[in-house]
Amino acid sequence: MSRVTSAFVAALITLILGGFLLGLSLTSEGINLVVGPSTPGKITFLFVGVAIVFVLQYFREHVGRFTTHMRSDQRMELPSFLRSSQQQRIWTMFVIIGLLLFPFLSSRGAVDIATLTLIYVMLGLGLNVVVGLAGLLDLGYVGFYAVGAYTYALLNMYFGVSFWVALPIAGGLAALFGFLLGFPVLRLRGDYLAIVTLGFGEIIRILLNNWTDLTGGPNGIARIPKPTLFGLEFSRRPSEEGATTFHEFFGISYSSEYKVIFLYLMALLLVLLTVYVIRRLIRMPIGRAWEALREDEIACRALGLNPTMIKLGAFTIGASFAGFAGSFFAARQGFISPESFTFIESAIILAIVVLGGMGSQLGVILAAIAMTVLPELAREFDEYRMLLFGLMMVLMMIWRPQGLLPMKRPHMELKRD
Amino acid sequence: MSESIYYFLQQIANGLTIGSTYALIAIGYTMVYGIIGMINFAHGEVYMIGTYVAFIALAGLSMLGIDNPFLLIGIALAVSIVVASAYGFSIERVAYRPLRSSKRLIALISAIGMSIFLQNYIRLAQGSRDIAMPSMIKGGFLFGSPEGSHIMISYMQVIIMVTTVLCMVGLTLFITRSRMGRACRACAQDIGMTNLLGINSNNVIAVTFIIGASLAAVAGMLLGLYYGVVNPYIGFIAGLKAFTAAVLGGIGSIPGAMLGGLILGVSESLTGGYLTAEYKDVVAFSLLILILLFMPQGILGKPEVEKI
Repeated sequence: MSRVTSAFVAALITLILGGFLLGLSLTSEGINLVVGPSTPGKITFLFVGVAIVFVLQYFREHVGRFTTHMRSDQRMELPSFLRSSQQQRIWTMFVIIGLLLFPFLSSRGAVDIATLTLIYVMLGLGLNVVVGLAGLLDLGYVGFYAVGAYTYALLNMYFGVSFWVALPIAGGLAALFGFLLGFPVLRLRGDYLAIVTLGFGEIIRILLNNWTDLTGGPNGIARIPKPTLFGLEFSRRPSEEGATTFHEFFGISYSSEYKVIFLYLMALLLVLLTVYVIRRLIRMPIGRAWEALREDEIACRALGLNPTMIKLGAFTIGASFAGFAGSFFAARQGFISPESFTFIESAIILAIVVLGGMGSQLGVILAAIAMTVLPELAREFDEYRMLLFGLMMVLMMIWRPQGLLPMKRPHMELKRD
Repeated sequence: MSESIYYFLQQIANGLTIGSTYALIAIGYTMVYGIIGMINFAHGEVYMIGTYVAFIALAGLSMLGIDNPFLLIGIALAVSIVVASAYGFSIERVAYRPLRSSKRLIALISAIGMSIFLQNYIRLAQGSRDIAMPSMIKGGFLFGSPEGSHIMISYMQVIIMVTTVLCMVGLTLFITRSRMGRACRACAQDIGMTNLLGINSNNVIAVTFIIGASLAAVAGMLLGLYYGVVNPYIGFIAGLKAFTAAVLGGIGSIPGAMLGGLILGVSESLTGGYLTAEYKDVVAFSLLILILLFMPQGILGKPEVEKI
């Protein structure tokens, strides 16, 4: 086929793809279904799309060259001033100090968004252990997140357990769920594992939705108390007789901003801990075993590693981070319902890991920031968010499966002088 | 016969109806898996698109004044098959073909991305609300006394089962008798060797996707008419259930997908009828997990050997 014909065929197929679904719209009128032309915007979009496909197909060779270039492009790496470990340490200190000062210098809304971002950073880092390092595709990660959130909410509702006590329990329980699920299923091959974890996530959500006596069903659980600072509450008045609030204790006037800043700092602390723990784990034998297993399972078995136990380690540790993040999420929101734990949430976290570069911590952190801050900045973009996430996942796999900032293997370097 | 037997038979009939549509969708999974060894995660979305296109075609045709239900359904089915096939073909071309030599995980992530993309594309194009279709074919066969205990099998249920059987027979003939069908089987055995023997495996794979998408469109139209409602999110659950059916029957095996679909449909219907309706979906997922754990090769599949 000549270039023109193949471009023409591609454009025609695009017209078939879009013509019915973008060009026409269904509406109910009374009991009847009526079909009519859709909005001019959608129709313009359709023809622009057809034109783009025609042009891309016509200049296919050029596009192909560009994509091979993208695949092997080495320029997107850490800048050279971050290479040596000493400089890294100094920069890390600067960034941490900057993050600590951030809430005092910016608006309340910005701090709130930053807290949300930090939750996603934590989830991304946790899933990165499972997907990026161990190479196990977990599509039910949100299930563990839900376990963490509901653990705190339910323990508090029925037994009045405080956040700080519930946090380790939530992490532990999520890890236990991960262990119990992982133990039988980790012997499965990669793509089956993905589907089984997806099923598990859905089962958790359906259970939460239907077990109305315990979880309140679709109505969720409301009025979950915020965390306290060594027993000091951040509310205007203490919730119990005799308790002191934060502003009374320090003798300053009440401001609701303290609470927001406190939550931000707590999230930051949790994220820093997560980063630290995972950083250490990567350098430990188990971390190296995860990556080895991801690359070649048969070779690992030949070397005497027990694949199931190693995978189980990754799965359990990843789940526990989701549990921590979940209980913090419940405390921050003050309200949770099964709606917050749908498959879409799992997909967003997966998209963060994929965009950041599987295995790379810095990449995942930057991706989480990009994925949560961008939609907040451009509200009108919000509607197209999931559409673009999906598209991005496909394009990333085709062009840069290693992610934007792929992980550099930890290696020793000789001192130059 | 007593009341309870009628009730049981009614549940079986309903289960077989739903199960045969699961079987139609499951064939798309099982054929693709058999040939290129990947889970086409976006297949459920093709089913959803099939329903939308069928509804658009039905509404459009009845506005043009065609009111013979069989003509209406026939034309709408054809339109839906054409559009869904175009989707199946394009999905493979855009999202899977460039990744043929990559790891399984990479292709699966791409498929998940495609699924999310399609779901949201339809949400933006057609709105996220339920779209209801007035039922076109009313009435049915009644066995037993109309006042007392009876089984009711609606004409729609009959149409679903007959269409499914026709599709299955057609597919079996295609796979066993035609040249292309033989090429499909050859690719499932050994894709590299098939290429060496002068068969363009790219074409075979494209045909596989088109067949899968067409059957999903048939299922989409039938289930759309049966339930009378569509929204952009139906593809996700339907896809998962059909995948369960494919795994249950033994992934890669076409008769297995048919059998798996029917078993899943009946067991779901029995759970809904006797235990609880809320946990119907849990049954499907638990079944999936249990099969994968204890019988990963399914009922009619071959055990997989890991080659070094």
